[in-house]
This record gives sequence, structure tokens and C-alpha cells, in this order.
Amino acid sequence: MKGPLRAFYIFFTFPTQAGNKLFGAPCECGGKLAGPGPLLCPNDEKEFELSPSRWLAILASLAVLAIGVSACGSSSDDSSGSAAAGDLSGQIAGAGSTAQEAAQEAWIAEFENANSGATVSYDAVGSGGGREQFIAGGVAYAGSDAALSTEEGELEKAAKRCGSGKLVEVPAYISPIAVIYNLEGVESLQLDPETLAKIFNQEITAWDDPAIAKDNPGTELPDTRITPVNRSDESGTTQNFTEYLSEVVPSIWKYEVSGDWPVKGGEAAQGTSGVVEAVTAGDGAIGYADASQAGELGVATIKVGKEYAEPTPAAAAKIVEESPEAKDLAKSPYMFPFELDRKTESQGTYPIVLVSYLIGCTKYGSAGEGELVKGYFEYAVSSEGQEIAAENAGSAPLSAGLAKKIAPAVEAIEG
Amino acid sequence: MEAHADTTTNAGQLIAAGGRRRWGDRIFSNVSVAAALAILALLAGVAAFLLIQAAPAVTAASSELPGGKSLIDYIAPLAFGTVLAATIAVVLAVPLAVAVALFISHIAPRRLLLPLGYMVDLLAAIPSIVYGLWGIFVLGPAAVGPMEWLEQKLGFLPFFEGPASVTGRTMLVAGLVLTVMILPIVSAVAREVFSQAPRKLQEGALALGATRWEMIRMTVLPFGKSSIISGAMLGLGRALGETMAVTIILSVSGIVTFNLISQANPSTIAANIALDFPESTGLAINTLIASGLVLFAITLVTNLIARAIISRQNIQ
Repeated sequence: MKGPLRAFYIFFTFPTQAGNKLFGAPCECGGKLAGPGPLLCPNDEKEFELSPSRWLAILASLAVLAIGVSACGSSSDDSSGSAAAGDLSGQIAGAGSTAQEAAQEAWIAEFENANSGATVSYDAVGSGGGREQFIAGGVAYAGSDAALSTEEGELEKAAKRCGSGKLVEVPAYISPIAVIYNLEGVESLQLDPETLAKIFNQEITAWDDPAIAKDNPGTELPDTRITPVNRSDESGTTQNFTEYLSEVVPSIWKYEVSGDWPVKGGEAAQGTSGVVEAVTAGDGAIGYADASQAGELGVATIKVGKEYAEPTPAAAAKIVEESPEAKDLAKSPYMFPFELDRKTESQGTYPIVLVSYLIGCTKYGSAGEGELVKGYFEYAVSSEGQEIAAENAGSAPLSAGLAKKIAPAVEAIEG
Repeated sequence: MEAHADTTTNAGQLIAAGGRRRWGDRIFSNVSVAAALAILALLAGVAAFLLIQAAPAVTAASSELPGGKSLIDYIAPLAFGTVLAATIAVVLAVPLAVAVALFISHIAPRRLLLPLGYMVDLLAAIPSIVYGLWGIFVLGPAAVGPMEWLEQKLGFLPFFEGPASVTGRTMLVAGLVLTVMILPIVSAVAREVFSQAPRKLQEGALALGATRWEMIRMTVLPFGKSSIISGAMLGLGRALGETMAVTIILSVSGIVTFNLISQANPSTIAANIALDFPESTGLAINTLIASGLVLFAITLVTNLIARAIISRQNIQ
């Protein structure tokens, strides 16, 4: 084995190679090779012996390497700086929900524009990770698709993180989840919750099933096979969609609610874009995705009470406004965890929505940090901020009533 | 002293003569030894990280793990999917790679040699996410028709049982994309050895009246046999660990099946980590890392086998 092949082999195989060939036990040194031979052959036994001083040198080299590596990983700074008159400055970091990512990016861009000295960063690590980092004090605020829960003492730990302050938890991002489908020749589709659940748990397998026909009088349904498409990654969208099914039709949807799709054997795709792509590609496919991403695809209307509801921003905002607060999850007067009333029969509401929260404290280690969080939250839930999120992320702006309700919570953050 | 130096090496002499002034040598050799040790330390560190982080998942009760299944039940379908996808890739890539290598080393006109070689190597330079996008937008939709044909004509085989996916995001398509991805490695290894096949034997075979194919079959292929095997192993190693392309393309369902053309496919370990890590916390992360440990072990074994085959050939 010679030349490039050997390089390949050394490169792709295990580095224990070093023991035998690379350092060349059978190195043709000394006698055979004249001239610079020995110089190229440092593994002459005498030379290669690791004397104490040699070890020191090697350790020093290792230390230099290690320092180089660790320098890259040095941790971020805390927020600092005082607010200049009228203009916020300093930096805060947030982490959490991937659903909020596009909205957060838009908020941050506008917020930093308005406050030239301020830097806000948001790391979309996922809702659970965001709550965890917030509790650990790693970030100033969290974005989360679920309210802080009593599981594993999460609420208590979060309250402790705020010290003498109180927890703040406000809905800031509401997104209707649309049921999208791709069926040749069918322009509009109406589904009741039972049929929807049966389609997604694969009980109904053909589009001309009587259950679907019953909801769609006058529509010519083909006998195409149904391909239900779900998310392959864990997501808040899946969580909210399955929550809807299991609350409204528990007799049909018997799976545990989680961000992981529970039914085996369906088509699975990564991310909202993946689901949209898969539904677009497959005739007879049906999936669920943020309503703003539906594009040209058909969007099914879902039966609420006696009517069929469309996933409009207004209908999504309305159900949040009409839903009761989950009192047991509210540790402070500044927390607004909603228990979505998905079984609602109220007209003009759309029950399959994702509600994502901003979580913070009323008091921070430094006044500057508090001021910045307050300013940022204020902007995010303001009508301007909600408009920008709607434009950039396709969310449903908070209704005026809801915005008014949560205003005191943001106001309570001490700057 | 002098006699000793003469019979073994004159390194001692040089060092004695040059004495302490040869700093360049000492620095170079210290740095290179440190770099080599750093790799070992890094590897040990990765292994230790995997073991430590996986430990909580190994000891936890199965009800606490994601899905409420035992760790083995969780990882086994993933390991199955990983090996299945990689096997498809190797089975398809090796004959293709050998053919490509033979064409470049023995059949192509001389002036085509370099450009062709570069082209094949370029395949390796395409980022895997691009392969993934190509798979999902081009190859997948294009494969829907052929997969329906497979279901109709070869449906009696468990591999093509169907029902054929309407989106084309199947194990077969993922395997095909992996095939293209590992082609350059396998063919580069084979090409290199084929071009070193003893010229005398080849000329002898031709002189005895062998056709070009007979010459290749009798002299080149036996000479390159173990390099084909080791190239296949290297390709297998890459296919096992490939993440992005599989993550994007494959419609995963957590089941175990040999059915290659349906919408329900087993996931692979790497793709599963990529898909579930963003929203995982606590024990779920430990479980993912435990699956990573299994992947580490699988690739380690693959590499060891490749090494064993190569070194056996070297001895011969």
C-alpha cells in the first residue's frame, strides 16, 4: 500500500496506527539510508525515549492546545451597563421554543434598531431546554410552548430562580395549526374531530370513506389512499395537535399527549417545512402545520360546534381569550398560563392552536438587566410587536382584550 | 562509541555534533508527539463522555425513558435502521465503485483520466445537506413511479412489499443517496490499487490471448480484492454515521421492517439524535447519548474489521 491510499488508510482508520507503522518501526534508518536519513527518522530508540524533560515539553504542548480549545468555549458575559436616558443598553440572552424563533428574530431586530445600545440574543434550543436554562440562571428569559408545570418541581425551582422577585409568564406567540391536504380535484374539505382523529390514527385509509363523505356533501371524493404526514422531530406543533385530539375525541385518540408523534406507520417529515413538502409531494397526503406555512395547499376546515372553522389568526386569538387560566400553575399574579378550551363550541374560534409564552422575573440581579427584559417584553406583546411577528412568522396577534389583561405583568418587571 | 554509531545509525553522531543547537528538531518532534497524544486523549475523552452521559439512561427504570420502553427496545430499531440503510448503500455502491475504478484505471482514454478522477472525488466534496435536499426534491419524487412498479412486479419479496410511498421518502431512496455519498471513497481506494496491479501480469495475460475483461478478471481484480473490501468498510463507516441526508429524506416511524418502499421506515441512530435532541431534556438526552454510544461501538467494530482485512493483506 502506497501513496494516497496509505494516506487514506491512515486518515480513516484508527489512530492507534501511531504505535506501529506511522512512526515506522521498520524505518529504514542509519545504515541503509545516507545523508539526512536519521533526521527524518526520529524514532530511533534513543531519541524516542521519553525523558522527564521531554515529557514536560509534551505536556506543555498539550497544555497550549488545551488552552487554545478552552479559550474558544469561554462563557458569555452577564448583562451589564446602565440605561442611558431613554435609550436602553446592555445585553440579555434568552432561549427556548423553536416555534417562536422567527418571531423572536423579528422582535430582536426591531428592538435593537430602536435601542442602539441594546443586544438581545435568542437561542432556539427548544422549549424544555429554554425553561431549564432559565431556571439554572443561564438566560434572562425563556420562550416556551408550554407553561411552567408542576412536574419535577419546575414551578418551585423557577420561583426560586427569581429570588425576591416574582415569576412573569405571558402568552406572546399564538399560532393556529392548519390541517393541510393534497388531493387532486378536491378544492375544499370539511372534517369533524372524530374523522380527523381516525385519519391520523390510520383507521380511515381511503379518501372516499363514508365518514369523510358525510362531512363533505356534494364533493366528489376519489378512492386515493390516505397518507397521513406527521412531524418526525419532537415539536410543540405535534404536542398541541395531539392535545386537541385527545381532549376532544378521547374515545378515538387514546395516545398519551407528547411532542413526539405517537402513531407508527405514517409518513414522517422533519420540521414544518418538511411536512409541507411531503404533503405537497404526495397525492392523497394530509398533515398539520403552522397555518402561515400552508402556502398553496388545501386547508381543511374543522368542525367546532355546528360550524366548520377556518384557521384564521382572529379565530386563534379568540380561543385564547375565551379560555380559562390554569390557576394551579400561576405562582404569582403575573403569570397567565392558559388552559385552552379546545372543546369549545363557541362560533368564530379555531381550537387547534399553539400558544407560546415568554417567561421572566420581576426582579433581576441588576436594574439594567431588568429594564432591558421589561423593554423587550413590552415590545414583544405590544400591538406593533405582534404585527411584526404576524408578518414574519405568520402568528396570530394577541387580541386587544388579552393584551390589556397581561399588560400589568410586563409592567411589574423592575427596571 | 564510533563503531557503534557506524553499525547502527549516525543519528547519535549528528546529535553529538549538533548538540543542543538543534532546537527545530526537538520542537517539531515534541509538537508532533503532543498532537498524536492529543488525538488519543480526544478519543478517550469522547468515549468517556459517552459512557458517563449514557449511564443515567442505562440505570434508569424503563418507565422514565422516552416512550416508556426499555433502553434496548428504544435503541434496537434505530440500530437496525442504521445498519439497514448502510447495508443498502454498500451493496449498491461497491459494484458501481469497482466499475468506475476499473474504467478510470484501465479503460478510459488517457486524457480523460485526470478529469474523471477529479469528478469522482468532487462527489465527496458535496455537503451532505445538499445530498439530502436533492434526495427530497429530486430523487424521492422521481422514485415514486419505479417504487410502485417494484411493488407490483416484485411485491412477493419482503423488501418491496409496499404499499409504495406516494412521496418517495423511503429507506430505498435514503439508501440510494447514501450510495452516491460513499461512492467516491470506495472507488478512490479501489482505483489506487487497481492502477498498481503488476503490469507484467497484465501484459502476460494479454499476450496469452486474454481479452481485456479476462485480463482484468484474472490479474487486476484478485490483486485488488482486499482493497475493495477495505474500501467497502470505509464506505460502510461513512454510511453508518451519515446524519443530515437521512434526517431530511427518511420518513421515520420507529418500527422494524425490511420493507424498503413504504412510508413507514425505521429511523437511524444519527438521524434520531438530530431529530429529537432540540426538544429533549434530562433523561431523554441521556438516552440519545446512549444510542450514540451504540453507534460509536458499531463504527468502531467496522473500522477494526477493515483494519484487520488490510493488515492481513499487507502480511501476504
